[in-house]
Amino acid sequence: MKTNLPLSFNRRSFIKTSTLAGGGMLIGFNLFQACKPEVAPPIDISQLNFNDFNAFIKIADNGMVTIFSPNPEIGQGVKTAMPMLIAEELDVSWDKVHVVQGALDTKNFTRQVAGGSQSLRHGWEPLRQTGATARQMLINAAAVIWKVDPKECKTANGVITNSNGDMLGYGEVVKEAAALEVPENITLKEPKDFKIIGQDISNVDIDKIITGKPLYGMDYKEEGMAYASVLRPPAFGKKLIDFDDTAAKAITGVYDIIKFGDKIAVLAKDTWTAMKAKKALKANWEIDSKLESTEDHDRILTDLLNGEAFETLREDGDVKKAFIEADEVIERIYESPFLPHNCMEPMNFFADVTPEKVRLVGPIQTPAGTARRVADLLERAPEDVSVEMTRMGGGFGRRLYGDFALEVAEISKIAQKPVKLVYSREDDMTAGVYRPSIKYKIGVSIKDRKITGYHLKEASVNSNMYGLIPNFFPAGAIENYQVDVASYQSNISTGAWRAPYTNFLSFAEQSFFDELAEILEIDKIQLRLDLLQKVKGTTDDRIEYSPERLENVIKVAVDKSGWGSKNEGVFQGFSAYYCHNTHVAEVADVVLENEIPVVKKITCVVDCGIVVNPLGAKNQIEGGVIDGVGHAMYGNFSFNNGTPQDQNFNSYRLIRINETPIVETHFIESDIAPTGLGEPTLPPAGAAVANAIKAAKGIRVYKQPFIENMNNKAP
Amino acid sequence: MPIYKLKINGQSHSVEADPDTPLLWVLRDHLNMVGTKFGCGIGQCGACTVHVDGSATRSCLLVMSVVENMEITTIEGLSDDASHPVQQAWKEIDVPQCGYCQSGQIMSAAAFLIQNKNPNREEIRDAMSGNICRCASYNRIEKAVEVAADKMS
Repeated sequence: MKTNLPLSFNRRSFIKTSTLAGGGMLIGFNLFQACKPEVAPPIDISQLNFNDFNAFIKIADNGMVTIFSPNPEIGQGVKTAMPMLIAEELDVSWDKVHVVQGALDTKNFTRQVAGGSQSLRHGWEPLRQTGATARQMLINAAAVIWKVDPKECKTANGVITNSNGDMLGYGEVVKEAAALEVPENITLKEPKDFKIIGQDISNVDIDKIITGKPLYGMDYKEEGMAYASVLRPPAFGKKLIDFDDTAAKAITGVYDIIKFGDKIAVLAKDTWTAMKAKKALKANWEIDSKLESTEDHDRILTDLLNGEAFETLREDGDVKKAFIEADEVIERIYESPFLPHNCMEPMNFFADVTPEKVRLVGPIQTPAGTARRVADLLERAPEDVSVEMTRMGGGFGRRLYGDFALEVAEISKIAQKPVKLVYSREDDMTAGVYRPSIKYKIGVSIKDRKITGYHLKEASVNSNMYGLIPNFFPAGAIENYQVDVASYQSNISTGAWRAPYTNFLSFAEQSFFDELAEILEIDKIQLRLDLLQKVKGTTDDRIEYSPERLENVIKVAVDKSGWGSKNEGVFQGFSAYYCHNTHVAEVADVVLENEIPVVKKITCVVDCGIVVNPLGAKNQIEGGVIDGVGHAMYGNFSFNNGTPQDQNFNSYRLIRINETPIVETHFIESDIAPTGLGEPTLPPAGAAVANAIKAAKGIRVYKQPFIENMNNKAP
Repeated sequence: MPIYKLKINGQSHSVEADPDTPLLWVLRDHLNMVGTKFGCGIGQCGACTVHVDGSATRSCLLVMSVVENMEITTIEGLSDDASHPVQQAWKEIDVPQCGYCQSGQIMSAAAFLIQNKNPNREEIRDAMSGNICRCASYNRIEKAVEVAADKMS
């Protein structure tokens, strides 16, 4: 298994210090690339900028520690967990640590840390190194004052002591420490000595959230800005001919109507007026390219699956030969619809485009890339463009795409004023970047009751699977193994959606193995464990997962879920999956109420390495599992002649609290560096539920959403 | 444009707005009380929940022409210092993920617990089913309402 951990880390080039004019020490550091030799952190705390450093640690002369980080927070808890890593090695108590989102005048986030499941994994080593280096500098300063060897000094809770019984708080030595050389060869703590890592720490923004303080892009406002609402083509494949804005302009509070491309923006004094005036626009549209419908996609993907136009992403042995020589070939097809992201906070962004600069503020997962695209669009120098991030009301992949930031930049440029663009829910759902519709065909060849070949074929709208995924389970477990993909280019925009590429693949694969065990009359757990034995000791370094870790989560899930020993009327389904570097097994408990399957509980066993913040981690796990159950049960998004058929929550169904299973989480104890948690518990949930529905009703579900397909027979 | 006199969190406000303007946008854009969130605009998600004369109400559907003289409470006025038992429970259980829907969830829970002081799990699930949490912090919402009920009894 690959570890993919950051390479060697040279403290000197990553860390710089200064003495603050108002007292205290400021440490500037970079996570993934060296600081420029000439740069130094400012001596005035109000002058923080994130051009030369990723983040700053201020140690005040009263010992309080403030971590300034521009990290994006989508809801996955990194704004809490990443500072915990610094505080651990700095050896301060968490109640002395304060976390501040990046300063408001940030200019350029070219070294911005991406959000999502990779943040902690990538920050694990460098963030701890930074904290440990700062601690060593404080010790060195105390040692100079005491005229002792630094090796005789110890720290605990922000206090340095030596063997003579002397004692100095961190705040008392910051001035001296800031003037010292940045030390090298720092030793990090052993996991057994962790005091903060592994503790339950509350979300650092909790007080602001529960009192309704401004935090999100939607809450951002500036003096003199206009609110904008945009009318976009009513269907993918249509473009604007002309429009009549007489009625819209007659509404009091409308400032301006601006055409840009095939869109029309209404600028007004407030959001409501802008949205109301947009509805008063009368636009004429014409067909620009094909108008696609869900039935078209269904037919096209089926033809692709049955055709020959595949690209092979991985090929072991000879699948074709295995299938010809088989006693039996078993094939099943699995189907999924498009899915919108539906972040609770609709897309929105602020822009102020002036001849001097381009200033953007809002919720975005990709500030650097978005700044570049805006610079290209407006034909401006990259250094003219700044992107400031707010807290995000959900992301799920949608805020990787900066389309809304480009829109508002263009509007602000034309209007020559600061503009805040707000999507209505209808705008958000119909101008999406959707999880594409996908079909899988999985086939295995059976010879002498053994699995001899495995052939996975994917047909998707636009594109889905990429090169890494074919190296997930069951790669390496079956001698003849092949993964093929084919796609159809649509004019409907598609992209990453929580647990991209695997959110549906896991359902197909783990449903298939469940059914295969039934056909072969093998125990469902044993089938998976037998396959994993063949991967142990593999020399294939492309294999992404660890057979030992996957085996372990499976065994623990069997134990913790009471697998096979449930009361009458409770039906269980099993699923195990590896993705985002994390191994997960889930068991769904389903009961029938009026013959309808109801998911009561999901037991979820997770190996994500060291758990940094169990309180936050469990929240991610519960959310991922319920999200997976909800979308598998209810998620459905269709098109008719290019027009999305759902536009709001009156018809689009998201899981609600009264439909929610209780999630019971178990972590595998580990000394291994932490891996992703925002995504990997979602993919296995669908198959666990589908397999439980099979146990309960005897009906196997091959198509999502389950609620509409629980009575279907095999296709 | 007419002027409306609103009573929000015990204070009087005069707001000039069209009669069809929903309270949600008056709170957010005119009065700078942005704790009340916009989620769907059609009363389906609960992110904009406020109390009107003590009842949980979707402020996106409540227009100026009917809201005058009613007692309105928003998340900003639920307590002065986050001391309301529901806020305390939310903090204790560490409910939020992205947090965007949570002021609406808290307002729904606070109104519900006045009606039902000792709810069981099914009653909690039923009462909170009008509020969507896209991050699905539902297990914790359920638990936090129970904890809040204990604090209030």
